Amino acid sequence: MAILNFEKKYRVRGGTLFGGNLFDFWVGPFYVGIFGVATIFFSVVGTLLILVAAAGGDTFNPWRINIAPPDLDYGLRLAPMALGGYWQVITICALGAFGSWALRQAEIARKLGMGMHIPVAYGVAVFAFFSLNIIRPLLMGAWGHGFPYGIFSHLDWVSNVGYQYLHFHYNPAHMIAVTLFFTTTLALSLHASLVLAAINPGKGRDVKGAEHENSFYRDFIGYSIGTLGIHRLGLFLALGAGIWSAICIVISGPFWTRGWPEWWTWWLKLPFWAHM
Amino acid sequence: MAEYQYLFTRMEVRGPLYKGIALDPSNEDRVTGSATFSHLLGKLGDAQLGPIYLGTAGVLSLLFGFIAIEIMGLNMLASVNWNPVLFIRNFFWLALEPPLPQHGLRLFMPLHEGGWWLMAGFFLTLSIFLWLYRTYRRADQLGLGSHTFWAFAAVVWLYLVLGFIRPIFMGSWSEAVPFGIFPHLDWTAAFSIRYGNLFYNPFHALSIVFLYGSVLLFAMHGATILAVGRFGGEREVEQTVDRGTAAERAALFWRWTMGFNATYESIHRWGWWFAVLVPITGGIGILVTGTLVDNWYLWAMDRGFVASYPTYGTLDPLLTPTLPPVTAPNTGAVR
Repeated sequence: MAILNFEKKYRVRGGTLFGGNLFDFWVGPFYVGIFGVATIFFSVVGTLLILVAAAGGDTFNPWRINIAPPDLDYGLRLAPMALGGYWQVITICALGAFGSWALRQAEIARKLGMGMHIPVAYGVAVFAFFSLNIIRPLLMGAWGHGFPYGIFSHLDWVSNVGYQYLHFHYNPAHMIAVTLFFTTTLALSLHASLVLAAINPGKGRDVKGAEHENSFYRDFIGYSIGTLGIHRLGLFLALGAGIWSAICIVISGPFWTRGWPEWWTWWLKLPFWAHM
Repeated sequence: MAEYQYLFTRMEVRGPLYKGIALDPSNEDRVTGSATFSHLLGKLGDAQLGPIYLGTAGVLSLLFGFIAIEIMGLNMLASVNWNPVLFIRNFFWLALEPPLPQHGLRLFMPLHEGGWWLMAGFFLTLSIFLWLYRTYRRADQLGLGSHTFWAFAAVVWLYLVLGFIRPIFMGSWSEAVPFGIFPHLDWTAAFSIRYGNLFYNPFHALSIVFLYGSVLLFAMHGATILAVGRFGGEREVEQTVDRGTAAERAALFWRWTMGFNATYESIHRWGWWFAVLVPITGGIGILVTGTLVDNWYLWAMDRGFVASYPTYGTLDPLLTPTLPPVTAPNTGAVR
């Protein structure tokens, strides 16, 4: 796509966080910046390492590739490349790329005079990854507790770790996280529907504005959160889903080692009904 | 960073209560009596609470929903011998279970062997369909499109697959989900194990992708709109039909970040389809489980997409019958 007709007036120098005007230019639609260069460096190295590690396995089928973390025996040490070292370096590359991407978003937001909401929101997703493959392995004492890089192998990891705690649905933080995931999706469908319904009301009808949107939601459920409020709600719900996901896995192992159904016995043992 | 970031409303301006766009006389009256303002709600969104339009369909929907919840709650209360304290203590564990397997698809059976479940499901379904009608009728009467109706219909599809369509294909109501907090989670886990790990069900995988994708999209969209809040970016309809600097900056942010941007209108189409495809693909995944595919892991093995793991030289004696039988080492323990 060619440059958007209004784009030229927004393409100005400055607003960088670091390095002054170094790499302060665009390539096609992409802004580069020093963090763009860092992102490219980490993603290229990381992707090549994935390919090299995959070459050491027995398949290049993308569904089946599995790059596993080191054996638990290695604890928190560095492992030989073929025995988990690739996983360790790929993890560093991933975090380097994610971090640079967030900082690049911050620079772009500054250039456009926008708030920092997008890099902060993206940071929550990076934090969830960081919890899974750095914080929890550190607390558990071995990099082997991280999840493997592979499409179906990481699903196996989720299954296996879930059943280690007998039944993961009973993890209260997991319950909150799942509820937030579903609620965010519900809110998204309702918000998207409402905006589309106002812009595309059907043949022969005028486009509607916020007054009609508010009336519909008050008629429908008795409350309309409003055009600004729905975006706050959506952002908070979505970030809550990510934060509670991180919490639910970090507490599994470091802070709770039994089956999650057993956790609920505190409720049954509350003093006023413990002997019923 | 100390500047206002549009996360909460700092100053609430309060005008008169707004009763809503006038409705065609063919409608019933709105319930305006209880409409009020809430300072706390105003921190996050609009401070006005109410009025609501109920109408015959709305009242019936709430009534049938209430009856369904009553049947579930009273059955749970009966299961703890009508002890209210035990009811609260055990509430998360209590269930109204679907019919026993021997009753198949029968419509009449003893109440305590599934009759109550069938009745609760019947009233809940009635309530949901009346609410579905409401999503269409309320939008139509205000001259809005029927997008909410179709989105809600998508999740009704998943609901019907779980409790009605799949049980019919399987030939027994006992295949359906129980009502109850922990019991429905137990059902979910057991369902996955019974059919050989649902993670290998491609439709389940798609549903999860759309679920996470919806959360990602709403985080991106919500953050973008708040970030251009100082340019009036939350006025989405106006920005769609008459582009302003908020829409230009929001678009350029994503274009410069990832080389592609949605528009003020199309981001809602992306969001709508992602959200709606969660129950659509999920419903397909549930419907084909046990009817077309009995074990997703073996199905995946057959199609060659199970992950590749290294062998560690450990032999499974059951898979290597030519080896001599394994003898337990003599540890002195009584076996």
